[in-house]
Amino acid sequence: MDEISFETHPSRYRHLKFEAGADRAQLTLKVEETGGLRPNYLLKLNSYDLSVDIELADAVNRLRFEHPGVSVVTITGAIDGIFCAGANIFMLASSGHGFKVNFCKFTNETRLAIEEASAESGQRYVAALNGTTSGGGYELALACDEILLVDDRRSVVSLPELPFLGVLPGTGGLTRMVDKRKVRRDLADVFSTLAEGVRGERAVKWGLVDALLARSRFNELLEKRINELVACAEPGRAGRSGVVLDALEPSSTEDEIRYRHLTLKLDRRRRLAELLVAGPERVEPIPEHSTALSADWYPLRLFREIDDALLRLRFNYPEIGVVLVRSSGDLRRVLELERAVYERRNDYFVKETLLLIKRALKRMDLTAKSFFTLVEPDSCFGGFLFELALASDRCYMSTGRAAQIATGLLNRGALPMGNGLSRLRTRFLGQPDYADRLASERVYNAEEAFEAGLVTAIPDELDWEGEIRLAVDERLSLSPDGLTGMEANLRFPGPETMETKIFARLSAWQNWIFQRPNAVGPRGALKLYGQPERPEFDWART
Amino acid sequence: MSYEIPNNVDLDTDPQLKRALATWQPQYLEWWREAGPQNYDTSRIYLRTAVGITAEGWAHYDYVRMPEYRWGIFLAPPVKRKIGFGDHPDEEPWQQVPGEYRKELRRVIVTQGDTEPASVEQNHHLATTAPSLYDLRNLFQLEVEEGRHLWAMAYLLHRYFGRDGREEADELLFRRSGDADHPRILHAFNAPVRDWVDYYCFGMFADRDGKYQLAALAESALDPLSRTTRFMLTEEAFHMFVGETGIQRIVRRTAEVMRQSGRSDVFELGAIPLEIVQKYVNNWYSESLDLFGSEDSSNAAAYFAAGLKGRYQESALATDHRALDGVYEMKMPGGGEEQIPLRRAMNALLRDAYVQDCTRGLKRWNKELEERGVEYRLALPDIAFNRKVGLYAGLTCTPEGKLISAEEYEQGRKLWLVTEDERARVAALMKPVFEPGKFAGWIAPPPRGVNNQPLDYRYVQFA
Repeated sequence: MDEISFETHPSRYRHLKFEAGADRAQLTLKVEETGGLRPNYLLKLNSYDLSVDIELADAVNRLRFEHPGVSVVTITGAIDGIFCAGANIFMLASSGHGFKVNFCKFTNETRLAIEEASAESGQRYVAALNGTTSGGGYELALACDEILLVDDRRSVVSLPELPFLGVLPGTGGLTRMVDKRKVRRDLADVFSTLAEGVRGERAVKWGLVDALLARSRFNELLEKRINELVACAEPGRAGRSGVVLDALEPSSTEDEIRYRHLTLKLDRRRRLAELLVAGPERVEPIPEHSTALSADWYPLRLFREIDDALLRLRFNYPEIGVVLVRSSGDLRRVLELERAVYERRNDYFVKETLLLIKRALKRMDLTAKSFFTLVEPDSCFGGFLFELALASDRCYMSTGRAAQIATGLLNRGALPMGNGLSRLRTRFLGQPDYADRLASERVYNAEEAFEAGLVTAIPDELDWEGEIRLAVDERLSLSPDGLTGMEANLRFPGPETMETKIFARLSAWQNWIFQRPNAVGPRGALKLYGQPERPEFDWART
Repeated sequence: MSYEIPNNVDLDTDPQLKRALATWQPQYLEWWREAGPQNYDTSRIYLRTAVGITAEGWAHYDYVRMPEYRWGIFLAPPVKRKIGFGDHPDEEPWQQVPGEYRKELRRVIVTQGDTEPASVEQNHHLATTAPSLYDLRNLFQLEVEEGRHLWAMAYLLHRYFGRDGREEADELLFRRSGDADHPRILHAFNAPVRDWVDYYCFGMFADRDGKYQLAALAESALDPLSRTTRFMLTEEAFHMFVGETGIQRIVRRTAEVMRQSGRSDVFELGAIPLEIVQKYVNNWYSESLDLFGSEDSSNAAAYFAAGLKGRYQESALATDHRALDGVYEMKMPGGGEEQIPLRRAMNALLRDAYVQDCTRGLKRWNKELEERGVEYRLALPDIAFNRKVGLYAGLTCTPEGKLISAEEYEQGRKLWLVTEDERARVAALMKPVFEPGKFAGWIAPPPRGVNNQPLDYRYVQFA
């Protein structure tokens, strides 16, 4: 398969109609049947594959940066009687395991971005279900603040994955139902095994949707509700101008993808990649109207690039096992930027940038590769850039001259993990006060950093190359599955949140089921869906 | 209550079913009053009522006031048979719904059930423009039978699907054809039946789809469904008779007027031009083809695999009843064909049998023209023409099946499908004729009356 690009723009969308006004926006699903990533399936009935979700992710992100006046986003469907049939089954059935997992992970991240946009950016999402909504379609609705369902005595919401396919809803549907919408567990049990779904009053009563809209007055009632929600937005929001996100357009060769501030190097033979971050070349004060900084602003641009590189690593280079994270630049300049960002952290554009950094770092937390950060003499891992080291599985720091790291105020809680804690708090789970004390501006040399517990090891200059090579080669020799499992266990100590539950359940249960013969064996339910034959199960409960 | 409901399902001894029908029956009657033929509740109609399943039993004729019609529940007599196709060949047919096929069976029955009341609703206003008492009586006969078919499906839902089934049976009475808020499930059953030409075409084409759907269900592994639909088929034949002979009589009348006048534009002479009839045919035939569902259908494959819906006369077919191998080759307009695994192509196979059946009907119509020396011939449009469902959906082609551009299609529509102007001219002819033995000028009398009664029999006695 050709390499997948995660960059798109509303002008190039094939599946989504993007309409943004001064105070409201609408995303309308009209999936182009033949517009999928691969030609061996048709995206019928507004079912989706990664190509649809890439557009959705792009739209959700753009709405936050480019249309900050928007306070209500409506998602609806353009096919009569159908909102969305969920992930395309034939796409799933014909995809390898790794792709399925990454696909689900990405869709989950987009759903969480929707919820974050609502919680942090004041963009509330309304799912206007114009017709039948099943599987991933309903999970998309679950990510919205409100679910409004057409009342035509036909349209249902459903999670038919188990009865039809022998698998689970892969985008947090089960968790959101009971955790977020607080649907009773026995009703959720009935719902999740009821292939035909639930409609009308019962859907409202069970808490599966918030309200019904009469079919003949659907648009009118929807607009009324949108108007009410728009009226709740903070004064002065409507019409606020944003920042246009330009294309990243990295240049790539066989073994390198070069962005403006980031280079992704690939050593395919060794299954080793390197993310090399270039520090800021200069730091300008943040102007009164922060949007004047534009999408060229260093932290925004850099983390958009990191986000893109992580997605490419996940999807396009599945065999890469270890990613070395390196940086080069002026640490003092990074700290200067850190201070400026911290001071203006409540400014809309600065805040959006911080939220984007937060999402990119969470994407790293959830990437099934081993990350080793290498701190070298010209590294600039300070403050928000030090989060890259904290997000890594290990951090090696050279004792060589002038190798330094720095903490900053943004390490305190501006960039929390999925568990709701800062990376420092997660790292020092038993010592929250200590973690918070560390989260202020301070520069560390290797010995100090090691002593403080901020880095894993500090090989001396003479040992450096040998030790790093050995650590990497050893890591690369371990079972990739075992590593993925181990990392996922170790990266997320601390409290559970809906988000951690979603990913943990996805990894533990869905990915298990996705591997089992009852789903993907030659007679498995997922394999045989839509085929002339019926599945045959191994009845032993595990 | 049960003494009023003719049945052969031991209604008296089934407390669960009695309870269910006790609440459903009043709702049904309310639906009938609301959606059925209005203003004729007190008229006495010469109707056939099924009071049993023997030859005499299901063709019992008498004058009846429609709300007092004895809608009964009948299953065809049990026959010794085995499951004839799918993944359970030669097993005993099921007397109960197996849990693993509950959802599929429910969907099949609800979809079928939803069509029955729909046509009553679609014909709601037709009585006021009936071309004769004979036709008016046939309309009412058809409507009470559609009502009975609704009973048949509601019975299955009540009897075999628990609370969920009862709710679905209620929903069958709640949805309304063409309703802005709660339409019927299938498109053709929301399309307006605006005049008697629509109505006859509906009988010819949409009810004929019903015949094939029922025939496919008659093969079902669920014995009660098989027996119910086998009995319904005996009644469905009459609906197609009404449709087919209705158009035949229009054609005959038009041919006579053409011959007498030497003109082909016979609107001014009170008849319906053949070109207009052809447009109605184009409309209803294509609409009815959509009722078969997509030619490549995973649902159809699942229904076949489970033994729920077979091919037309599956058990009589000398073929591999598992249908695991083989492909269906579907011709596409403009050349080329789609290869569909056989089980997924069950809708297409059923439709092919239907198309042949329709072709035979067309021949009989054209014979009327031939016998009267008229050169014009009616034709079925290509199966790809004017489709909204399945692999042909959205293709723009002529009634001959030639692929054309979307613009050409838009322009051609007025040549191929009935225009509003033409509908208005047809509507202008639709004046009621309620004098016994008399017929409207746009339709020829039938060769014989109902149940060997004379044509001038008073089939409807107005109150």
